[in-house]
Amino acid sequence: MQRRIFLGLPLLLVAGISLAANQPLRIGMTPAFLNDQYALLVVWQDYLQRNMKRPVEFVQRDRYRETMDLLQQHKLDFAWVCDYPYVLMGNEVKLLAVPVNQGQPIYRSYLIVPAKDTHTHSIEDLKGAVFAYADPLSNTGYLAPRFDIKQAGHDPATFFRRTFFTWSHRKAIEAVASGLAQGAAVDSYVWDSLAKVNPGLTAKTRVVKQSEAFGFPPFVANRSVSQADFNAMRAALLDMNKNPAGQALLAKLNLDGFIAGSPDLYKRVAIMAGTAGNP
Amino acid sequence: MLFNLSLRYKLPLWGGLLIVLTALALSLSFMGQAYDDLKQDVLRSSEDLGLTMSRALFPLMLHDDVWRAFEMVSLPFQDSTRTNATHAESLIVIDTKRQVYVSSRPESYPVLSDLAALGREFAYVDKALGALQTNETRALEPPGSSRLFIAIPIITDGVTLGTLLVVHDTSTFWFRFLRLIVRALWITLIVLSILLPINWYWGQRMTHPLSLLARHMGTIHHHLPEALETGIYEYGDEVGQLYKAFDEMVAQLKEKALLEKHMIQSERMAAVGRFTASIAHEINNPLGGMFNAISTLKRHITLDPVAQMTVSHLDRGLQQIRDTVAALLVEAKLKSRDLIRQDFDDVRLLVTSAAHKKRIEFAWSVSIAESLPLPSTLVRQILINLLLNAIQAASDGGQVSLLATMDENNLLIRVENDGKTLTAEQMDTLFEPFSRFSEQGNGLGLWIIYQIVLQLKGEIKAGTEDGLTHFLVLLPLTGQKAEND
Repeated sequence: MQRRIFLGLPLLLVAGISLAANQPLRIGMTPAFLNDQYALLVVWQDYLQRNMKRPVEFVQRDRYRETMDLLQQHKLDFAWVCDYPYVLMGNEVKLLAVPVNQGQPIYRSYLIVPAKDTHTHSIEDLKGAVFAYADPLSNTGYLAPRFDIKQAGHDPATFFRRTFFTWSHRKAIEAVASGLAQGAAVDSYVWDSLAKVNPGLTAKTRVVKQSEAFGFPPFVANRSVSQADFNAMRAALLDMNKNPAGQALLAKLNLDGFIAGSPDLYKRVAIMAGTAGNP
Repeated sequence: MLFNLSLRYKLPLWGGLLIVLTALALSLSFMGQAYDDLKQDVLRSSEDLGLTMSRALFPLMLHDDVWRAFEMVSLPFQDSTRTNATHAESLIVIDTKRQVYVSSRPESYPVLSDLAALGREFAYVDKALGALQTNETRALEPPGSSRLFIAIPIITDGVTLGTLLVVHDTSTFWFRFLRLIVRALWITLIVLSILLPINWYWGQRMTHPLSLLARHMGTIHHHLPEALETGIYEYGDEVGQLYKAFDEMVAQLKEKALLEKHMIQSERMAAVGRFTASIAHEINNPLGGMFNAISTLKRHITLDPVAQMTVSHLDRGLQQIRDTVAALLVEAKLKSRDLIRQDFDDVRLLVTSAAHKKRIEFAWSVSIAESLPLPSTLVRQILINLLLNAIQAASDGGQVSLLATMDENNLLIRVENDGKTLTAEQMDTLFEPFSRFSEQGNGLGLWIIYQIVLQLKGEIKAGTEDGLTHFLVLLPLTGQKAEND
């Protein structure tokens, strides 16, 4: 073992990269952002590989549960997840970085209805409606509206006549825009980003109410990731707003940049999960 | 009025009408067929789509995945620039409670709405689905609606989760059908534009010979119709037979007319003969008395020179009267010897000097028996008169021919000259006395010939052939002897 390292050392010196560089870093991607921008992901992957001088892989999953499973099975090193999965996984993951949107590391839940619906002013007006949830592990698209319903004194299980999951915020917006659902709760960041990319779609919906602010869906690191890789990845993300290529990417992601962040940002979500979360 | 039209118009008009009716009937049956085909086509493709989709919808409904089900039923309508293959208006998934589970147009057919509440047509479909409950694909056409529903059960392993409704707006396939109709109309017009002129031409061709015949027939009251030109219609069908019959009729009519003309002519000639003979007799009787008186006067009375001259004048005048009357009264009863071949040579000698004067060339052909039982004097008279006439009529330096032949019963004499031909008017009065055709002669030559021929029970004809005028005399050899003896 000693010998192999010793023998490999000159090669590593020449290459100027660490031994672990042979293994690609695997980053889980979820519908926490507009994850159907495949071209953007290719550019971002390329950017990270150049920046970190090692291979990077994006692993796309539509459901938070799958990404959580992959993290727990150590098949992912990092992941961009929603607040609720982050809170649920507890010590299994470490907070890596928090995106900054419109100057703050926060986002909200938007309660939306079809643009034609002009009489709805709160979620209580949607009693007995057809409601679209994004994901059962989504904060803004599931936990937050259920918490509101409960706070108003209703049972989230029977409040709506029918609910269904679209497995993405974008599709939840589409469900409302097409009239399939009479309401949905979506990620403010996704809705705002989509309003820039596809304003025709968001114009068919109306934001009835904005929730309180939550910590922005964080990048997390698997507990098993080495400190070196953890640092390297955090640095790569935090450095993005310091060079033109990174700035261009951030502009496309509709983000200002990344900060290290603090787990305190997610305390409110942890409380909500205790009250209205899945058992 | 229409029925009195000429066949030239009637036949093509009827034909045209038949063609138009046929074209219309064919077009209509084609359209009917096309409509059925189109409908079947739409139904089949809808069924195919529906069957595929209902199979895929089953697990989605089983897992209550409304969103995926929505994505699936919306799939055929995503490309809005292109009309989808089935031309369906929408797809609606109905659950077992007959509520909308999901639809491709959630705004019109919202989730969880009762099917019956969506409108009159849907109420009909709701009722029909309730009554059916069979697990078969059904096409439902609500009465008085422009919509067509194809209901496909969403079923797997005998478990039914709902029904997929493929909704068609029939106006869209009316539009497609309209395009077919327009194409069919164009084809019909093209076919008509080819067939109608052909029909017109054919009708004209068929009726032209008939109308020509009708025109010819129409003139029959006024005069004998002309025989139709040959080659107008040469086929052996009914029209051809009509043409043939018409030609035969015209020929017979002409023959009859000719016969009548001959009869009238010979009757007239007989009347003239009788009249002439009676006058001649009436003149002859006093004439004999006058000759006797003059003879008595000359014999018994001595006359002074003036009286002598006067008597002589009288005598000569009376003699001229007697000659003329004698010529009118052709005397056949004259005793005469039989005709011999030598008589022809004698006649030739007699007319030679007259022929020489006009430098006429004779063509002479006599092939008869040595002796014939005909009165020589009369036959010689005929020959001389005919030849002198011919010489007189012939042109200077012209030609006159005589042909005498015989068969068992007849002597045939034919005299020809190359002079001016006879007009039809001349032909009519040719043999009448004093009908002069030339300045010379007394106009009795042909009359005498005619009388002689008549007495000998023969025939005489005149005619024109190839610019030659000919006289043909036929004298029967039998039945003459008794009279000659």
